[in-house]
Amino acid sequence: MTALAGWGRTAPSVAVVRAAGEDDQLAEAVAGAPVRGVIARGLGRSYGDPAQNGGGAVLDMTSRSRVLSVDVPSGRVLVEAGASLDHLMQHLLPLGLMVPVSPGTRQVTVGGAVAADIHGKNHHAAGSFCDHVESLDLLTADGVVRSVSRESDPQLFWATAGGMGLTGLVLRVLLRMSHVESAHYVVDTERARDLDDLMARLEADDHRYPHSVAWIDCLARGSALGRSVITRGRSARVAELPRSLQRAPLVFRPSTRLTVPDVCPPRLLNGLTVRAFNELWFRKAPRRVRRDVQGLGQFFHPLDAVEDWNRIYGPRGFLQYQFVVPFGEEQALRDVVRRLSDAGTASFLAVLKRFGTGNPGPLSFPAPGWTLALDIPVGGGLGELLDDLDRSVLDAGGRLYLAKDSRATARTVHAMYPRVAEFRAVRDRVDPHRHFRSDLARRLDL
Amino acid sequence: MIDAVGNVQRVLLLGGTSEIGLAVLRELAGGRPVHAVLAGRPGPRLDAAGSGLRAAGHDVTVLPFDAEDPASHPQVLERAFADGDVDVAVVAFGVLGDQERAWQDHEAAVRLTQVNFTASVSVGVELARHLSAQGRGGIIALSSVAGQRPRRSNFVYGATKAGMDDFYTGLREALRPAGVSVLVARPGFVRTRMTEGLPAAPLAVDQDAVARVVVRAWRAHRDVVYAPAVLRLVMVVLRSLPSPLFRRLPV
Ligand SMILES: Cc1cc2nc3c(=O)[nH]c(=O)nc-3n(C[C@H](O)[C@H](O)[C@H](O)COP(=O)(O)OP(=O)(O)OC[C@H]3O[C@@H](n4cnc5c(N)ncnc54)[C@H](O)[C@@H]3O)c2cc1C
Repeated sequence: MTALAGWGRTAPSVAVVRAAGEDDQLAEAVAGAPVRGVIARGLGRSYGDPAQNGGGAVLDMTSRSRVLSVDVPSGRVLVEAGASLDHLMQHLLPLGLMVPVSPGTRQVTVGGAVAADIHGKNHHAAGSFCDHVESLDLLTADGVVRSVSRESDPQLFWATAGGMGLTGLVLRVLLRMSHVESAHYVVDTERARDLDDLMARLEADDHRYPHSVAWIDCLARGSALGRSVITRGRSARVAELPRSLQRAPLVFRPSTRLTVPDVCPPRLLNGLTVRAFNELWFRKAPRRVRRDVQGLGQFFHPLDAVEDWNRIYGPRGFLQYQFVVPFGEEQALRDVVRRLSDAGTASFLAVLKRFGTGNPGPLSFPAPGWTLALDIPVGGGLGELLDDLDRSVLDAGGRLYLAKDSRATARTVHAMYPRVAEFRAVRDRVDPHRHFRSDLARRLDL
Repeated sequence: MIDAVGNVQRVLLLGGTSEIGLAVLRELAGGRPVHAVLAGRPGPRLDAAGSGLRAAGHDVTVLPFDAEDPASHPQVLERAFADGDVDVAVVAFGVLGDQERAWQDHEAAVRLTQVNFTASVSVGVELARHLSAQGRGGIIALSSVAGQRPRRSNFVYGATKAGMDDFYTGLREALRPAGVSVLVARPGFVRTRMTEGLPAAPLAVDQDAVARVVVRAWRAHRDVVYAPAVLRLVMVVLRSLPSPLFRRLPV
């Protein structure tokens, strides 16, 4: 019996956790699931409750992390679903292969990346994770392993993309990696003075960069509301690297420098410390820098330098609010940012990005528009504030990201994902007796 | 499901007509509609409680529940958990009784004890079973400061509350590994129908004030809460007073 929570360390539940064994053992575990079902768990980097299953079983997939085959010319890699993106990068970068979509942390598994159909800074250019998946081995509720591709069973393939583990266990993934010359990125940085300035800049030249993201200082008020730093870049060619890096351009050796102790005082993060941090961070950012060469870790995963940083939010935990609203709904975005800033919810930084076109996954999150994400410590009044923001997001035709959500209602989420019925139809076909269940599925009635 | 910010979806109120219990339920719901399962003695008061909650936008299921019939409890709880997980169960039933009869009249004493103590244990055992099976959820047990130090004026009531308080305090520890939380709430004098006609004790409050304190404590994952909060200190003092002195206090 183990208590499990998500990255936000809120709403834990107790389940029987088992390390995933071989395929046949997993098939047994799934077919003989307890009444309250089973669910896969990767590295637990989802913020809320999708990888936990109170009273049921949870299968820890991280013990299955082998890279089974690599075809360098095509970039095709067959990998076990418990492998982390960190693992893939460390093993495949020397071959000039990079994970095609990288989230804000390398510490997620391939299975988690499929189940949440994760996106990265390159969504506007490259789409989301499952757009790069050629096929996957899915262990369904009947104990059968099916090879699923968008040709063999498009409904099941796309229901699994973003399906939060509810269609079955992803065992292996055939992934198409990107070819890179180095483990470095050429990065342009600029500041934007407010939200409109920021949106204008992103709209104007995002298409010139494969990777783009902006960090907004959510505590700036009034005319400075939305002041931000934009970083955009592309993979560096060897010729663009400084001499010292040219000798071994593909070396990637990340190191964790710091860790946060398990006992963090509840009030470490407050309006003051966060404001001071944001001020410093904004002043430190250059007004404009071109062609700066940054390592992969610095560019994609600055937070990975500190292990267990989620502990700084103290015992009540925190959550991340991430939504997307369609292009044309800029007013809704302005509104939400203003209300978050007015509420003074202590948050380091919010991330803003433009999404490109989405894929056919009925529960896949990305859709053309603006996506905003920010971390907020749990505190009084937060529930009501976010319920309010949900209404604005919904009215604007937007939606929340299930991998980050830990408090929305079933009604809201069903309204935001009008194709939920389609998802359920597929799930009912492959799992009529609901062997796969999670706390998220119960909360959101999926 | 209890979510990251403490919202609940399904609340079971044992003692479906309890004013404090209903106030706690409303406070737990906050601004969101919830599914309320009201278990109580059938009658106009239970019906009124149900329609009041429905009018406020909540889904309501009403279950007949007789605290004096422990043999029926397992079945009642089976039904309460049949349609989905219960996030919080509020144990709110209880009677005050006539205190002078309660220590002199055999039948009155036994009845008070059966409702306040035996039935609390009876439902507690079943709640423990169902909630452990969920691997999550919680109990809010409405105890009373009266159980903290017996007073001449209501010691039988106090004794029953002391017993139920101890039971839920122990249950809290027993259920911790199962992911189930138990909050023992100890209100002071609350102005409700139950205390109507009695002279209000110092620090008397109404049920909504109690509910606010209790639910805030529940969201903060506290183990015990007094309502109003200052009673915690008052009780520290009262518990340590020697009897000759305590006897003379106007409490
Ligand atoms: C600091 C930080 C930054 C982040 N940045 C981004 C970002 O930029 N973009 C983005 O999209 N997301 C981002 N995320 C979210 C993260 O990418 C997703 O939540 C991802 O799903 C986490 O993967 P995991 O292995 O930790 O999965 P878990 O959190 O353990 O599980 C997530 C879901 O995947 C399912 N699952 C896991 N393995 C399997 C499997 N083998 N088969 C079937 N289902 C499985 C689980 O059942 C669960 O529903 C970020 C998270 C953090 C903490």
